[in-house]
Amino acid sequence: MAVLQMQRISICALKKNRKAILEKLQSMGVMEINQILGEDDAFHTMDTTNARSNFEKAAASVDRALEVLQIYAPEKKSLFASLAGKELVDQGRYRQVIRDKESLARIANQIQSLDRERSEEKSEILKLENSIESLTPWLPLEVPMDFKGTEHTEMFLGILPGEWNMEQIYTVTAEKAPDAQGFEVHIVSAGQEGTFLSVFCLKEEARQLEEALRSRGFARPSQMVSQVPDQAKAEMEAEIAGHGERITEIEKELEGFGGRRQELRLLADYYRVRAEKYEVLGTLPQSERTFFLSGYVPVKYAGRLQTALEKTYDCVVDVEELKEDEEAPVLLHNNSFSESAEGILESYGLPAKGEVDPTTIMSVFYVFLFGLMLSDAAYGIIVSLACGVALKKFPRMGDGMRKSLKLFFWCGLSTLFWGIMFGGFFGDLVDVVSRTFFGQQVSLPALWFIPLNDPMKLLVYSMLFGLIHLFTGLGIKGYMCIKEKKYMDFFCDVVLWFLFLIGLIVLFLPTDIFASVAQTKIVFPAAVNLLGKASAIVGAVGILLMSGRENKNFGLRIALGAYDLYNVTGWLSDVLSYSRLLALGLATGVIAQVVNQMGSMAGNSIFGIILFIVVFIVGHTLNLAINLLGAYVHTNRLQYVEFFGKFYEGGGRAFNPFKENTKYADIKED
Amino acid sequence: MGNLGIVYALLGAASAVFLAGAGSALGVGIAGQAASGVVSEDPSKFAKVLIMQLLPGTQGIYGLLVGFLTLSKIGIIGGGALDISTSTGLLILAACLPIGIVGLISGKSQGKTAAASIGIVAKKPDQFGKAMLFPAMVETYAILALLISILAVSGIQV
Repeated sequence: MAVLQMQRISICALKKNRKAILEKLQSMGVMEINQILGEDDAFHTMDTTNARSNFEKAAASVDRALEVLQIYAPEKKSLFASLAGKELVDQGRYRQVIRDKESLARIANQIQSLDRERSEEKSEILKLENSIESLTPWLPLEVPMDFKGTEHTEMFLGILPGEWNMEQIYTVTAEKAPDAQGFEVHIVSAGQEGTFLSVFCLKEEARQLEEALRSRGFARPSQMVSQVPDQAKAEMEAEIAGHGERITEIEKELEGFGGRRQELRLLADYYRVRAEKYEVLGTLPQSERTFFLSGYVPVKYAGRLQTALEKTYDCVVDVEELKEDEEAPVLLHNNSFSESAEGILESYGLPAKGEVDPTTIMSVFYVFLFGLMLSDAAYGIIVSLACGVALKKFPRMGDGMRKSLKLFFWCGLSTLFWGIMFGGFFGDLVDVVSRTFFGQQVSLPALWFIPLNDPMKLLVYSMLFGLIHLFTGLGIKGYMCIKEKKYMDFFCDVVLWFLFLIGLIVLFLPTDIFASVAQTKIVFPAAVNLLGKASAIVGAVGILLMSGRENKNFGLRIALGAYDLYNVTGWLSDVLSYSRLLALGLATGVIAQVVNQMGSMAGNSIFGIILFIVVFIVGHTLNLAINLLGAYVHTNRLQYVEFFGKFYEGGGRAFNPFKENTKYADIKED
Repeated sequence: MGNLGIVYALLGAASAVFLAGAGSALGVGIAGQAASGVVSEDPSKFAKVLIMQLLPGTQGIYGLLVGFLTLSKIGIIGGGALDISTSTGLLILAACLPIGIVGLISGKSQGKTAAASIGIVAKKPDQFGKAMLFPAMVETYAILALLISILAVSGIQV
């Protein structure tokens, strides 16, 4: 339960050490850069935008080359590759890549230009194929398409829309060009898209004939080739084959680059790290000989950072406490169990200035409530095993993923615990199997009780757990008030509410309503009843008077107090909200029972056993998936809305250290 | 017209299942449309939007749960149908109504909220936790209805 204390570290050093110091800081990765000094006469910042964007572009270009490689030389990835995390590379290999960066960058460029060439070849093939298609109707023609004719005759080609036969064509020519005598029309081909004609005629009659045909929509072909169509087609096909070969060549060449993938990745990471360094460099105020650097560092690393710098370089390192009004970035630090719930907290919001880190307490409740909602021993074992194996098998998993899996590992154990308490093992699997296949019913005893037989009991307990959860939240609020020495707030907003609520509960427990729900009548001694009454009244009056204490106007103050008192309905609905513990717990159990029942419907036979196995696998997988989702969502909700609603706002800024932000690989430290 | 008790009871089970199931079908459908849109732009968000899409699916399960409880209560599954008086049958029908009706309405509303939350995931994937909370708020009322239905069905003496 801790937000790491931050300190401000300021470094003033000689310019000649600038590169070395920045690289040292980047590889240590414990300092967030936050400049406090602006530009003035002596100090100027350097414009590094260009250098930085060049590195960023270079990184992006290598990324693109890697994407291309993934298409032509795909890397085999297992289903769980996303769990594996970044690979660990030793310094030597990394340095080698940096030495070879020019040749590697050339390879990346080559990969991209090959890819471009390939798509150009592809579009060339497409173009040729189109040409062949438009040439197809002319294929029977035995002269070149642009054949002009002989000394006295002329040939022209054209297309008439629709299907025509010779007779119709001669009718048209006779009608429109009655004078024309020496001509001959050939139908090259005819079909839906038109009738393709070649016309031979005397030179002087050519115009007249074409006009005549044009009146029926005759048009010259849009695309001409200067060869016999058949030959042209053969040539184009050969060309296509040539392009095809080139494409295969290119693909083979690209495939050959598959082995360079890892080096390219390291190169992309190198460019990224450099870009980040230049970004920081651009913010440094520099004089002629020195530069200045400032930022946040967690207290526990401050000393190490200071000695590391002062020992090696000529510099002054100054570590100081933060100013009162400074809002430090937040870095959480928790024990191995509780840190697994940090992701849950982060997605709500990190603690703001002055707030405590509720992760430790939350993690305990989270695991507890999650198990209660899923509450099936077998499901718990499955979840824990799956997460445990994944954690063991992929030790280099990303941080966020590792924490989530660890959280679910614990949640699985909690589910196992509650499953044993409530006697759930794949629902009522033991009962059903023993009854159906062995003829004698054996029941798995519940350590505590079976919720389906006594839902009211679990309802009461759910609300009790809820009340504990909520009171813990109110308690943390009290702790925060005391820590900030706001004793008045502590008394008015926390103590009075505790008095009021506990009083109300004491008054409620002996009533008939509670007795009918809990099925037991609770009788307190008269003194306790009186105490409860007194406590409730004191609390209520106190809240009424004190809630609006910031207001001078007495009427308004009472009105605000009354409004705050109305919040008791909020408490009621918050407690009722925990009834989802019962509902979701029952849902898991009942659906599991439905699955078992469906599976056992075919009775005890070979077919029955096969059916049971199929239904068992499909049904329980589905039930586990949907209830895992439900338990996750609703545990989050209970934490975020009910629990955090009592004391926590969040809104802190995450600590973002200057470090080697790589994408593909981590570099091993020396 | 003999004893209609068992008919009413079965009608109760049926309405719990079909009303709540219809609500979930509507809700999952609405959310699914939004989810498909996001995946068409960025397939890597598939897992996140799928979870969002599934959120309105729980009402159907709650309906199934109450339906199943009712069926085993009146003996239609697990042993012959019991002889149920008309008034008991109507009681069971009434007990099934909360999850049926609330499931229908909340399923559809939750679907709309889930669709909007999928919009959050599309633009700010890191806000997944918060985005998930909005549909979960709607679900509260389905859970309350489920609770009453379960308590009522298991409380009725057959």
